[in-house]
Amino acid sequence: MSNQRKRLTGEREDEDDEDAEGIGEWERAYVDDRSWEELQEDESGLLRPIDNSAIYHAQYRRRLRMLSAAAAGTRIQKGLIRYLYIVIDFSRAAAEMDFRPSRIAVMAKHVEAFIREFFDQNPLSQIGLVSIKNGVAHTLTDLGGSPETHIKALMGKLEALGDSSLQNALELVNEHLSQVPSYGHREVLILYSALCTCDPGDIMETIQKCKKSKLRCSVIGLSAEMFICKHLCQETGGLYSVAVDEVHLKDLLLEHAPPPPAIAEFAIANLIKMGFPQRAAEGSMAICSCHKEVKIGAGYMCPRCKARVCDLPTECTICGLTLVSSPHLARSYHHLFPIAPFDEVPAFSSLNDSRRTLGKSCFGCQQSLIGTGNKPGPCVTCRKCKHYFCLDCDIYIHESLHNCPGCESIHRPKSVSLMEE
Amino acid sequence: MPSVASKQYSDDVSLLVLLLDTNPLFWSNTSITFSQFLSHVLAFLNAVLGLNQLNQVVVIATGYSSCDYIYDSSLTSNHGNFESRGTGMPPLFASLLKKLEDFVTKDEELSREEGHEDRTPSCLLSGSLSMALCYIQRVFRSGHLHPQPRILCLQGSPDGPEQYVAVMNSIFSAQRLMVPIDSCYIGVQNSAFLQQASYITGGVHHTPKQLDGLFQYLTTIFATDLHSRGFVQLPKPIGVDFRASCFCHKKTIDMGYICSVCLSIFCEHHKKCSTCGSVFGQSKLDEASSVSDKKRKAPHT
Repeated sequence: MSNQRKRLTGEREDEDDEDAEGIGEWERAYVDDRSWEELQEDESGLLRPIDNSAIYHAQYRRRLRMLSAAAAGTRIQKGLIRYLYIVIDFSRAAAEMDFRPSRIAVMAKHVEAFIREFFDQNPLSQIGLVSIKNGVAHTLTDLGGSPETHIKALMGKLEALGDSSLQNALELVNEHLSQVPSYGHREVLILYSALCTCDPGDIMETIQKCKKSKLRCSVIGLSAEMFICKHLCQETGGLYSVAVDEVHLKDLLLEHAPPPPAIAEFAIANLIKMGFPQRAAEGSMAICSCHKEVKIGAGYMCPRCKARVCDLPTECTICGLTLVSSPHLARSYHHLFPIAPFDEVPAFSSLNDSRRTLGKSCFGCQQSLIGTGNKPGPCVTCRKCKHYFCLDCDIYIHESLHNCPGCESIHRPKSVSLMEE
Repeated sequence: MPSVASKQYSDDVSLLVLLLDTNPLFWSNTSITFSQFLSHVLAFLNAVLGLNQLNQVVVIATGYSSCDYIYDSSLTSNHGNFESRGTGMPPLFASLLKKLEDFVTKDEELSREEGHEDRTPSCLLSGSLSMALCYIQRVFRSGHLHPQPRILCLQGSPDGPEQYVAVMNSIFSAQRLMVPIDSCYIGVQNSAFLQQASYITGGVHHTPKQLDGLFQYLTTIFATDLHSRGFVQLPKPIGVDFRASCFCHKKTIDMGYICSVCLSIFCEHHKKCSTCGSVFGQSKLDEASSVSDKKRKAPHT
């Protein structure tokens, strides 16, 4: 709206603000804070504020139900060792300002958060960055496991030019990913802002090539749904979604952080040789192989070639051995042993005996579960240990903690092995 | 993690969640009796509450067959009509002692129901850690001004390897919430879980040498709030061993083989993964030449 005004008048409104969009002081208050969106009508047409927590929890339950319906009680194999390329469209469509301050800035910020979250959840995986500018795809960074390198490369070149070409990006990524070992899962995540693609050849052939090399392509669109993106995702088994605003874009991006269900033929199971280095003694001096500088003290020694590395996980630069520590492997264990979702307890159910004894307060945080007027409020219960939890603990337990406090507080005899959970 | 950055902490107000080990199998043979230990701990809790008017203390008991909340200093029901026990304990903690006694009796009943086979000497650390984190998450939800939470684990029982995955999950969740896990280990062997927990979350780990001076260790090392820790010299972590142990022999290894499907660790090359059952190196292209390749099957790369 303000852009149109600028074009019509052809001059900047520069009364007392330096805002480049030329909006007045009084309008700025409404740019970010759209308070009319927080109201809702009830049955009789009266206005009332939206109950955010109930909506949030309902969304979360819906998501959980979709996931568990897909799993259907069996343990789905997940691709834990992932080689992911993020393709960002830097064509002129990315300079649009419908996402504030501009699509590029929002994309860069969210991709940075995504990279950190990705390495947090998948410590053994690697990411590479590709950008599309002027119809040509460029590799910003090669596949690597250090978040800082990628973020620095991304933030260095934020400008939008020219056309966008989906085929060139896919060809480039296909070429890079053909060199990764066969046990890894190959994935591409494309952030597409343009509404068209200018390709040198037949993109359908490229899509078939990707399908044959078992590359799983997912697309997040920022403008509108496109047939070619949908076709690409359907053929390769990826996810296609279109973001409606900044918050939605972040949610869609972060959905790709946990490992997707693996299709068994896509990656061949293999034994990977890995090293578990010890921490170097305090005060020892060595030249580290990553920075080529003398370092004192903290660092790790490769068990095969005794070279010093600064950080884990990494690949030893001298002998090529993958170096990890056991917590890195442990970070992925919750994907292998997920906890079952809790069952909802209808809000105004009769106070039966078990509810009366156990259901007065949440087992996890001791918050009272009695709602207004001494009636039982909404809560959830675990199938196995039968304890009651409040809605917030439900979300926290399933999204971050991955342990049910009730099930962990029951003594299990030694004979139950780890894998039988 | 992005959500934590926007929270505003009051400067040196702390919330201390104390995980108290009440495992009877451990307390039946130690140099210090449980009641002596309790007197050290109660004096320490009093000291923490005295450091700042807004400080808060929550005690969770880690038992053998169950875990439960014992004390929460923010609840007003503590200042009810409890007679002082006559043992010199401050009346503030009379409710704590009563609840602890009830908990220990109930825990003992539950353990008796389970029978005597498979008596692992470990306590339920993962259960009490999970409950502590749920409580801390509730404190974070309560608004912008809240105390800085930390967890202190007072434990003597050895680690239970069956809890490894659950304990690591709790440690990573604590790391994301930026809640340090301090640990004071009063047992005989070393606890690898507690060392790793303190190292990963940025807490302090210490094994006191003389248990009759426990109060001094607790107040000098573990009573400092998070803001002041930058100005105080606390015990540094020494050589935390992060090497993994192989699934087949349980010995710690320097180099091993990882199954790409389920991440199980093996010390020698196998043909089939014993945890997930995937057969290694099987691909449609290799099937024809797999017989001749078997002898030359070296680990990849």
